[in-house]
Amino acid sequence: MTMALPTSPGKGRGRPLKKLHWLVEPYLYLSPAIILIALVMLVPLVVGISYAFQSISLLNPFETGWVGFANFEKLWADRLFWKALTNTFWWTLGSLFFQFFLGLGLALLLNRPFAGRGLVQALVFLPWAVPAFLSGLNWAWLFNPIIGPIPHWLAAIGIMDEPQNILANPKMALWGPIVANIWFGIPFFAITLLAALQSIPRDLYEAASIDGASVWQSFTKITVPFLAPTIAITVMLRTIWIANFADLIYIMTGGGPANSTHIISSYIFTTAFRRLDFAYASTLAIALLVLLLAYAMLILQMRKHLVKGI
Amino acid sequence: MTAITLNSINKSFGPVHVLKDISLEFNKGEFVVLVGPSGCGKSTLLRMIAGLEPVSSGDLIFGETRVNDLEPRERDIAMVFQSYALYPHMNVERNLGFSLELRKRDAAEKQKRTSHAAGILGLDKLLDRFPKALSGGQRQRVAMGRAIVRDPQIFLFDEPLSNLDAALRIEMRIEIAKLHQRLGTTMVYVTHDQVEAMTLADRIVVMNAGNVEQVGTPLDLYSNPANLFVAGFLGSPKMNFVSHDDPALSLPKALTHPKAKTYGIRPEHIQVTAPDDNAHLIGTIDVVERLGSDTIFYINHGAKQPFVVRVPGIDRTALGEKIGCIFQPNDLHRFNADGQSISEK
Amino acid sequence: MASRTSFSVAGTLRYAAIILYVLFALFPIYWLVKIAITPDRLIYTEGTHIWPSTFTLDNFTSVLFLTDFLVYFKNSMIVSLGTAFFTTLVATAAGYAFSRFHFRGKAIIIALMLITQMFPLLMIIAPIYKIMAGLRLLDSLTGLIIVYTAFNVPFATFLMQGFFDGIPKDLEEAAMIDGCTRFEALRKVIFPLTLPGLAATLGFIFTAAWSELLFALMLINSDDKMTFPVGLKTFVSKFAVDWGQMMAAGTLALIPSCIFFILIQRFLVQGLTAGAVKG
Repeated sequence: MTMALPTSPGKGRGRPLKKLHWLVEPYLYLSPAIILIALVMLVPLVVGISYAFQSISLLNPFETGWVGFANFEKLWADRLFWKALTNTFWWTLGSLFFQFFLGLGLALLLNRPFAGRGLVQALVFLPWAVPAFLSGLNWAWLFNPIIGPIPHWLAAIGIMDEPQNILANPKMALWGPIVANIWFGIPFFAITLLAALQSIPRDLYEAASIDGASVWQSFTKITVPFLAPTIAITVMLRTIWIANFADLIYIMTGGGPANSTHIISSYIFTTAFRRLDFAYASTLAIALLVLLLAYAMLILQMRKHLVKGI
Repeated sequence: MTAITLNSINKSFGPVHVLKDISLEFNKGEFVVLVGPSGCGKSTLLRMIAGLEPVSSGDLIFGETRVNDLEPRERDIAMVFQSYALYPHMNVERNLGFSLELRKRDAAEKQKRTSHAAGILGLDKLLDRFPKALSGGQRQRVAMGRAIVRDPQIFLFDEPLSNLDAALRIEMRIEIAKLHQRLGTTMVYVTHDQVEAMTLADRIVVMNAGNVEQVGTPLDLYSNPANLFVAGFLGSPKMNFVSHDDPALSLPKALTHPKAKTYGIRPEHIQVTAPDDNAHLIGTIDVVERLGSDTIFYINHGAKQPFVVRVPGIDRTALGEKIGCIFQPNDLHRFNADGQSISEK
Repeated sequence: MASRTSFSVAGTLRYAAIILYVLFALFPIYWLVKIAITPDRLIYTEGTHIWPSTFTLDNFTSVLFLTDFLVYFKNSMIVSLGTAFFTTLVATAAGYAFSRFHFRGKAIIIALMLITQMFPLLMIIAPIYKIMAGLRLLDSLTGLIIVYTAFNVPFATFLMQGFFDGIPKDLEEAAMIDGCTRFEALRKVIFPLTLPGLAATLGFIFTAAWSELLFALMLINSDDKMTFPVGLKTFVSKFAVDWGQMMAAGTLALIPSCIFFILIQRFLVQGLTAGAVKG
C-alpha cells in the first residue's frame, strides 16, 4: 500500500530557478493581454494625442507637420463643435435620465415575485441583446411616416399637425436617437439595479416593518442607501459610455439634418471617416476626454461622501 | 524517529513577520495539534508544511530530506481543508481516486483503494453522488477519505471540524482519533478549539502571535502551563487569575511566592466554604449556572473579571450569597511579572 | 377590507406597468418582423395597421439569395467567432493571473486596463487606421479580429477574474497536494468549473463583435469583406426604398443575438460571479 513518489529533493531544479519561476509565472499569463492592449490601444492613444498637434489629413497629404495648438484654436472657433457639445449634454442627460428611472422602476417591479416573472424578465431585457446598429435602423424606420406608425400616432393625439419624420426636423431630430437609446438602455440599468436589489438582505425589510416603517420609508431608508454606491458607479460609467456612443446617431441621422444632431463622438467619427481629417478628429477626441475625466472625478468625489454616509 | 523537523522557520508577508523563528520536531506516528487564537500563524505554519506557502527562511525537513523547495505534490502528504475543497464537478468516487488518477494508477488498484477508504468511513453508498448532494458530515468524510486513499507519509488537517455543528463535531472527532489509531500515520492538526486539541493530541503546540508558547502532552499543558497565555487558553471554564494584591485574596504564607504577581487557579480546583478566615478568597455569587452534573458560580470579588468556581453535582447555594473559596494547594499556579510560571513550590 | 382593496389596486397598477414595459420592449422588434413579412404591395396601403392582412416570406428569400447578405453574414461570423475565441483565451490567462497571484506592478496593469475602458475608443480610430494601413491589414478580417480582440480583452479579463475569484483557492491547493502541477490544477479542476463563465464571456464578446459598426466602417471598404453592420448600412443607403427586404435582413441579423441572449439570460441577474459552482 505504499506509494512510490518522486521525492528526489529538487534534483536538477535548483532553488534560484524555482524562485525565478514563481516570479515570472504571473507575467507569462498576462503577457498576451498586455502586449495586445499596449499595441492596439495604448500606443495608438499616444499617437492619437500627438495628432492633435499636427496637421494630418489624408485629403491634403502635402500639408503635414507640427502645428502647435492651431487645431485647438480652430476648435474654439468651430460653431459645429459648440453645437455638438450642447447636443452631447442633452443627448447624455436625456438618455440617462429616462434609462435610469425607467430601469429602476422595472427593477423594482421585477424584484417582487409574480406569476410569469421569468418570462417577463426575458422579454423586457430583450432590447439589450439587439445590436446597436439594428436598434438604430429599426427606430429610424418606426419614425418614418411611410412605414412606421409613430408619426401617425403623434398626429392622431395632436402633437403633430400631420405625420412627418421627426428625424428630418432639425428642432426635434435629436429626440429620435434619444428614444432609441432609452429603449436600448433600460435593460442595462434594470439588470444592474435588480442584482443590487437582490443583494439587500431580506431581514432588513422585515426588521424595518417590525419597527413600523411604511413601504415608502423602507424604500427611502433601506433600498436607496443600499443602492446608492451601485447607482453612483453605474451612472458614472453609463454617462461616459453614452457620451461616447455614436452608433445610433450616425445610423439614424448621420448628424443631420443640417448638422443639427451631431454629438461630439459622432462628429469625431464623421471628421475621421468622411473628411479624413485625423488631426482635427483627435483634437475633438481630446476635448471629449477632458470633459469626461472632469465628470468622472466629480462623481467619484460624490460617491465618497455617499459611501461614508452608510 | 522524527517525521518533520522545523529548523528556525520564519515567514513574512511583505513587512509583516507572521512566524518568528519556529523550531519544532514531530515524531513519526505522532498526532500533533497546533492550537492558538485566530491569527497566531498556526494555519500558515501548516500551509508551509504542505508546500502551499513558500518558507521565508529556515529549514523544513521531512525525515532526512529538506523539502523547502519541493512542490506540494512531491512531498507525499495529504491535507483535509476547512472548506473540504471537494471537487464539485466530480462524484465522490472520483474525488476519492483523483490523486491516483493523476498518478496514472490502474483501474483495479484505484478501485481497491477507493473502496477501502470508503469502507473505513462508511461512504460505500455515496460513491455516485456529487458533493453538492452531500451533508456537511458526509463532505467531511469524503475529504478525509481522499486523504486516506493517498496513504501519505503525513496527514495535515486545517481546522477540519469548524464547519460542522456541535454533535457532528464530536462524532467526527472520535472518527479522526480512531483513524489515527488505525493508520498510525504522522498527523498535524490545526484548530482553535482547545477541546479538540486536548482530546486528539499526543502533543500540543500552543501558538500565539507567531511564537510557540509551549509544547507538551495535553495533561502536561493542563497541569503545568508555562505562562499566563497557555494557562488561560487551555481549560474550560478558563483558569481564574487573581492579582497578588487583590484585597479579596488572603493566601496562607506557605502558598505565596515573593516573585508572584498573579495567582492562577482552575474553577474545578476550588472548594466552596463559609466566608470565614479560612477562605482564600471571599465574594458574592453573581450568576449561577446549574448544569446538573456541575454547578458553576460566578463570584464577584471586586475585580473586573468574575471569579469562576465549578463544583460537581447540584449545589443549592443561592444567588447573592456571600461565600468563601479554598484553593487546592497543589493546583495553584504562580506567575511572575513577565507572566512566566514560577515552577518551585 | 380597505387594505385589501388598496392592495388589489396596487397590484393592478403593477401589472399595468409591467405590461407597458413589455409592450415598449417588444413593439419595435414586432414591427421589424411585421414589415418583413408584409407583401411589398401592402406596405404602403397597410402601413400602419397592426396586423398585415396576408403575409409572405419572399423578402427573406430575396435577401438570402439575391443580395450579398450571406457574404456579410459569413464575414461577421468569422470576425465574431475569431474575436470571441482569442479574447477569451487571452482574458482567461490574464484573469487567472489577477485572481491568483500577487506580483509587482499588478496595480499599474489593472489601472492601465481600466483606462482603456474610460477613454473614447473613437479617439484611436485615426491612429489605428494608419497603423493598420502600415501593417497592410486594412480591408482585412484578420485586422478587424486583432482590433476587436484588443478592445474586448480588458472587460473580458475583469469578467474572468470575477469567475476565478468565485472558485475557492482551496480547490486548486487540494489538487496540487493530490499531485497536480499548478497548470494541471488549472486544467483539470479550475477550468471545468469556469465553463459557465467561459460561455458567458464568449457570448458577450461575440455579441460585442457582432454589433460593432464604426471601426468596421473605417477599416473595411470592399464589398466582400464587409461585416453585417457595415453591409446592412450600405444596403440601406443603396436600396433606401426596398423596405421589406431591409427589414427581412434586419430580422435575420437579430437571430444570432437572440440565441445568445436566450442562452445567457438566466445568468444575468443571478450574479455573473455568484457561486454558481459552490459545492
